[in-house]
Amino acid sequence: MGKLLNVSSSPHVRDCTTTRNIMFDVAIAMLPATAYGVYQFGIKAALVLMVTVLSCVLSEYVYQKLMGKPVTISDGSALVTGMILGLNMPPEIPLWMPVLGGMFAIIVVKQLYGGLGQNFMNPALAARCFMLIAFAGPMTTFTYNNAVVSPTPLAALKAGQTVDLPAMFIGKIPGTIGEVSVIALLIGAVYLLVKKVITLRIPATYLITFALFVFLFGQHNFEYVLAHLCGGGIIFGAFFMATDYVTSPITKKGQIVYGILLGILTGLFRLFGGSAEGVSYAIIISNILVPLIEKVTLPKAFGKEGK
Amino acid sequence: MGLATFKGGVHPYEGKELSMSKPVQTLEPKGELVYPLSQHIGAPAKPLVKKGDQVLAGQKIGESQGFVSADVICSVSGTVKAVEPRMTAGGAMAMSVVVESDGQYTAVQGFGTARDYKSLSKEEIRNAVKEAGIVGMGGAGFPTHVKLAPKDDSKIDYVIVNGAECEPYLTSDYRMMLEMPEKIVEGLKVILQLFENAKGIIGIEANKPEAIKVLTDLVKNEPRISVCTLKTKYPQGGERTLIYAATGRKINSSMLPADVGCIVDNVGTVVAVADAVCRNIPLIQRIVTITGDAVADPKNFLVRTGTCFQELVDGAGGFKEEPEKLISGGPMMGTAMFGLNVPVTKVTSALTCFTRDTVAANAPTACIRCGRCADVCPSHVIPQLMMEAAERSDIDLFVKYDGMECCECGCCTYICPAKRPLTQAFREMRKVVAASRKKKA
Repeated sequence: MGKLLNVSSSPHVRDCTTTRNIMFDVAIAMLPATAYGVYQFGIKAALVLMVTVLSCVLSEYVYQKLMGKPVTISDGSALVTGMILGLNMPPEIPLWMPVLGGMFAIIVVKQLYGGLGQNFMNPALAARCFMLIAFAGPMTTFTYNNAVVSPTPLAALKAGQTVDLPAMFIGKIPGTIGEVSVIALLIGAVYLLVKKVITLRIPATYLITFALFVFLFGQHNFEYVLAHLCGGGIIFGAFFMATDYVTSPITKKGQIVYGILLGILTGLFRLFGGSAEGVSYAIIISNILVPLIEKVTLPKAFGKEGK
Repeated sequence: MGLATFKGGVHPYEGKELSMSKPVQTLEPKGELVYPLSQHIGAPAKPLVKKGDQVLAGQKIGESQGFVSADVICSVSGTVKAVEPRMTAGGAMAMSVVVESDGQYTAVQGFGTARDYKSLSKEEIRNAVKEAGIVGMGGAGFPTHVKLAPKDDSKIDYVIVNGAECEPYLTSDYRMMLEMPEKIVEGLKVILQLFENAKGIIGIEANKPEAIKVLTDLVKNEPRISVCTLKTKYPQGGERTLIYAATGRKINSSMLPADVGCIVDNVGTVVAVADAVCRNIPLIQRIVTITGDAVADPKNFLVRTGTCFQELVDGAGGFKEEPEKLISGGPMMGTAMFGLNVPVTKVTSALTCFTRDTVAANAPTACIRCGRCADVCPSHVIPQLMMEAAERSDIDLFVKYDGMECCECGCCTYICPAKRPLTQAFREMRKVVAASRKKKA
């Protein structure tokens, strides 16, 4: 044998799933919602999405280059952040705003805290909340069928008006690019579940808790609850944002606590808050509580149960 | 009904088809034989011979020292060439007896004499096991006579024979179950004679249907023995996971199987017990699988202990492609080696040769906290959190996260999408914790 042999600590084999595979699976799962958004809102939506994704990926590249760190844009995490942020934009937003949002997400929320895996908030959602404060007007101006300002179903619901449930399910409503079509989002969610990228633990506890909350403290009406589930970003949030690995609990019990917390907070914000929306803030606040949730939900080791 | 199993675990590529259908062939040693005096857990044995001494097959050349230790037996007849440090599979040097074989295999007196185990007392059986130098042949190398001597014989409810062979690529236990099943049953009956209240369970993974069939047929008239089909999943053959699957009982790191009324022995060990007690043949040979994509003709060999690994490779037709990694054992639990100039010991189950080293091809990246490590952990701890503690060398935090419950099976490292060397870090950390506990005590 001519060359030197490799030695390392066992195990000597690895599963074929990589971080990159997982990130691309998440990106693929968002394609139905992306396609529907572009179909409904047109070229403007496509531009917003492209600009946001580019802003995120380039911010990561430039930051890592300038800081002399290895460039990791090929892991797909910046792409996913960009897609989530882009899908959370209203289609009519001036393009420079999502550029700024993407930079905030990647540089301030992700890289300054140590990069992938170290951020304590979901970068896309933190950027969205930042933009909701900075650009309150453009971020909440939604158009549909060329009607310049039309209320979202949630706003209508809050104002006591009735809503068209089938239209909400399909997505024929005003809203952000990616949140409108429940069916497109559910197709992506099924993909993530089938590929075992996510489990139902967080989304299911989140949605069930939220539905119960709305039923108890809103209207005791099945249709009202359904409208709340189909409206706003809750389906998008539950399957694509609350399940973000980095910012959700790693313990199984913790994931259930986290889902319940999300449901209660979202219900609270939607029913008693100033705005009709509440998903983003609920997730951001729950993100901050993740270390504490993990601390109190550590599992019992095998053979140490009951001790 | 689902098969007996545990929660967690992984399904690595099995690779058993390479050598599964190859009957065991005897490979006689050509060159010198090397007997490390430490082939077991516990104190190294003391050499009983010196350079120039004539030795016989079956002769004791190393004497066990202290309670947990084992004798070392010579597997050939010949002349002692040296007693000196030699490299072992783990890469460390160990004091070893080096013997030049005369090719005659002249045995000590009484070697191979048949005797009826039923007429032997418990004391005589345990002594025969000790004198045969038997240790756990699944890989751990725990002295078997110590394992077979729990505090109270009557409290043992199960003697579990481990035929799971969950380690990928290995087929030595499988061939043993196919080719010498009656010895396995014989050995189990010997052990059951020590434990009057115990039932015998032979646990075999479902991917070995022929072995299950052969042994099930063989024990159908044995009231005390049954075969348990286990789900094919790594690490099904781990002591804790096997006990749980077969009996529903649980032990943690600070308990012994005997604490829950169980004794677990590998099929190879049980056959060695049968040979030692019923035929007065000590542990001087074992089945070794030589496999991997670098090997021309993967095989299962019956090898005398002390044989050089290089001779196994030669016997299997050499390498068809240059290997990048050589592993003593299988890919999940085995030890990567610097070279082939190391001897087969009592615990050598296989030599696995890969043309491509998956570890080097997968550089570690940042943890994304996906939780897959926790999903697969058979000890139900959270490797991700343990790793945070290990990276900070925080002993207290590591223990708080139940790092000492880790069984070092490697499932977390295998599944990690960021390819982080979790098991390696835990192995180091566990040594540090164990050492600091010893210091305090």
